[in-house]
Amino acid sequence: MFESRQKIISNTYPLWKYLLLAVAIVLSVTYAAPNLFGDDPAVQISPVKTVEFDQQTADRIRTTLAEAGIEPKQFERHQEQFLLRFHSSDDQLEARSLLKEAMGRQAVVALNLAPATPELLRSVGAQPMYLGLDLRGGVHFLMDVDMEAAIAKTYERYVDELKAVLREERIRYLGLTHEDDELLLRLRDASEMEKTLSVVNAEFPQTFEPKPDQENGEISLPLLAQVKSETRKYALKQNITTLRNRINELGVAEPLIQQQGDRRIVVQLPGVQDTAKAKEILGATATLEFRLVEEKGDPVRAERTGYAPNGARLYQFRDGRPILLKRSIIVSGDNVIDAKSGIDSEAGSPQVSVTLDGAGGRKMLATTKENVGNRMAVVFIENRVDTIEKDGEVVKKRTTTKDVINAAVIRGQFANRFQITGLDSPQEAQDLALLLRAGALAAPMEIVEERTIGPSMGQDNINQGFLSVIVGFALVLVVMAFRYKVFGMVANVALTLNLVIIVAVLSLLQATLTLPGIAGIVLTVGMAVDANVLIFERIREEMRHSSIQTAIHAGYEKAFVTIADANITTLLAAVVLFSFGTGPIKGFAITLSIGILTSMFTAIVGTRAVINLIYGNKPVQKLSI
Amino acid sequence: MQNEQRYNFMRFRGQAMILSLLLLAASVAGLAIKGLNFGIDFTGGTIIELAYDEPADVDAIRTALLDNGYERASVQNFGSAEEVLIRIAPRPQESSAQISNQVMDMLANQHNEAFELRRVEFVGPQVGDELTEDGALSLIYALIGVLIYVALRFEFRFSLGAVAALVHDVTITIGVFAWTQVQFDLTVLAAILAVIGYSLNDTIVVFDRVRENFRTVRDGTPVDVTNLAVNQMLARTIMTSVTTLLVLAALIAIGGEVIYGFALALIVGVVVGTYSSMFVASSIALALGVSKEDLMKPVKEGEDDSAQEEELHRIFLEEEAKREAREAQAAAKK
Repeated sequence: MFESRQKIISNTYPLWKYLLLAVAIVLSVTYAAPNLFGDDPAVQISPVKTVEFDQQTADRIRTTLAEAGIEPKQFERHQEQFLLRFHSSDDQLEARSLLKEAMGRQAVVALNLAPATPELLRSVGAQPMYLGLDLRGGVHFLMDVDMEAAIAKTYERYVDELKAVLREERIRYLGLTHEDDELLLRLRDASEMEKTLSVVNAEFPQTFEPKPDQENGEISLPLLAQVKSETRKYALKQNITTLRNRINELGVAEPLIQQQGDRRIVVQLPGVQDTAKAKEILGATATLEFRLVEEKGDPVRAERTGYAPNGARLYQFRDGRPILLKRSIIVSGDNVIDAKSGIDSEAGSPQVSVTLDGAGGRKMLATTKENVGNRMAVVFIENRVDTIEKDGEVVKKRTTTKDVINAAVIRGQFANRFQITGLDSPQEAQDLALLLRAGALAAPMEIVEERTIGPSMGQDNINQGFLSVIVGFALVLVVMAFRYKVFGMVANVALTLNLVIIVAVLSLLQATLTLPGIAGIVLTVGMAVDANVLIFERIREEMRHSSIQTAIHAGYEKAFVTIADANITTLLAAVVLFSFGTGPIKGFAITLSIGILTSMFTAIVGTRAVINLIYGNKPVQKLSI
Repeated sequence: MQNEQRYNFMRFRGQAMILSLLLLAASVAGLAIKGLNFGIDFTGGTIIELAYDEPADVDAIRTALLDNGYERASVQNFGSAEEVLIRIAPRPQESSAQISNQVMDMLANQHNEAFELRRVEFVGPQVGDELTEDGALSLIYALIGVLIYVALRFEFRFSLGAVAALVHDVTITIGVFAWTQVQFDLTVLAAILAVIGYSLNDTIVVFDRVRENFRTVRDGTPVDVTNLAVNQMLARTIMTSVTTLLVLAALIAIGGEVIYGFALALIVGVVVGTYSSMFVASSIALALGVSKEDLMKPVKEGEDDSAQEEELHRIFLEEEAKREAREAQAAAKK
């Protein structure tokens, strides 16, 4: 009884606590180490869809470089892609342009900075911290997908399909229109209501929620909530895929394309400087529609009166000439597989060769078979959001421009391969081909947030950030040593270990380090000493009325509750920050939270271990505190 | 015990209250009169930062912008004479994401001096609205979380005291931003949430000691007991504030312009938070009538623990004495 109680209060640590500390030190040093080694200039070669790299590809890359006399530092293969490290960035740049030429459209050749982590560290999974865009430079976009438009598009599609079904079933109707959030079907004969309902339910199961209005002979057909949510999900997925393809065209080494919330997409392109080009490619929400020209009506009259003939819609050419097109779409940008720009060998004018998918090809064949000699138009649809001030209030207005870029006579029937001509310049043909090739978007998108950091700014942020960490850290070390002497030095060792552990944890989690994140680390350094200050002040206080050993023991024990309480509340604030913050704020919250947890460990367990070694149960007369 | 009551902080409770109220009134007045200089994170708009090779002609850039119809644009030097910050309010009838490209093209055409793009930030108006809403919500949630935690851990009157101190700190920090018109952006909001964490940390440490004193100090009014706690924690409060302010000073001096507002908010918050943890939080708990009994009841077990602990101490002391005696004997033998 007596013995065991004495053990509780004695200032020695069991062996396992020292072992725990030793393990923590070894692990944190190992995983923090990769950050010391810097980067190699590298070129990353990844295959485009459906292409697979083999030994031949590797040989081709080697010979291409050997011919130019460039010796790569290292040639690595990671799953599907190759990573070539170079000795200098001159080599890197030259290699990229050579390889881009050699690989053609089979691969995306991008510049990259590959961490120069030694093999030994890499084998245990140690990697340097992932630097945020504000530290490495690059572009961050937040895209907003127009879900209302996606839903509207779905309704439009069902208008066409329903009409076909009704025709087949010989149900006569006065009109079928897309209203706000429903389709409105007006029947000619109200007695056909029952039959119509059963036909709709049979042909489109689990799609609509029909609401018949017997009196007026109308059926309103709103889409089921489930169908709408699926439409939204699909639109988002399709847009992400499309963005990924478009970004591959840009040649970015580590692009990040991620869903955020239920209608936003985050795009981060590290190292991209030409934001204008990036924006053009990402932001232009252009789609194509192929429609037949309505030859019967008079477009000029339609423009004057504002009424288009039944089944037709009024459009304009880019120069403002009116033209009437049929309401039904033959194929849309969704069906486009490939598009190449080139020069028409006969006319010498720029053209785009288009390849459609199977379904698109079938529809095109069916249409062109019956319409040889008629004209087919290509409608280029561009979406833009304008902010307009109206009566002092800022109102957002969505403008959709629909330009007919080309209306050409169908020379013969064709299916999935054809050419679009009548483009203004080779540049326009190239841009159009690029947009078509990358696939069309399921729903229009707009950029709602952009953050671009130039490379010099990124480097400055790194320098300033690290310098402020070092200066702040040094100041704290000096003050602690000055105020608490030996105990202060012990606390400083713990503080250093704390910093190493934070870096190790951030590297291990591959959390993104941003400038606010660095600020969080700096703040942690300032606050981490709090635990030690609390302990040391308590020891001083206890020394007034108890022996040295008791004072040390009581100092640690009594301060612990306070430290825990205080840190939990700070952690609470950090968690709130994390759950509500976006990008940079999250980085700050992460480093702050990690810092709080690690500082509790190092300040309590770490310093106690050292203090016990120095003073624990030894006949000391005076503490250097 | 008496020698620890070096300063009678609680005597200045009244004056501190008046000072706090004056500061709060000034902050609210600042918010009402000048308002906050919100950054584009909240208002939406475009920021373009450029670095010229030589000192930039700010007036020429301003004229160029004006000539091209950017009436609501502000141009100023940022950090150094070579660096320029262009701020453009959300524009009607303009595809907003394209503004930065247009301005860059325009300046490249109009000026011979070479410049380099440092950064572009564009925030759409609806994103700004969402951020404002989320920001306000996060402040409220943080305060509610604190209220609950402190109420559970201590007593609801302490909890009210802590939250009142937090509202006090946050309001004054925001007030400083209103009067100085330093830009209030997302990082400043983050700093204010961090201030909540820091100031609370300070308050809790004092409360913790008040609670302990209520249990261990037998005589003395609640005011005396609280005053003792503030005195006992004084060295710690000053030491932690000093180290934190030191690193913040490093941040504000070296961290660069982007981090300036962040560091400023924290510096103000740390200073005000230190003051409020000493004067505001406990004063309010006292004013609400916190007494010894309130804290004794729920912590019966704690009391037993401390009794046990004291017993352990006694035993330990005896052992120590015995050992020291043995060592003295050993030394004497030598």
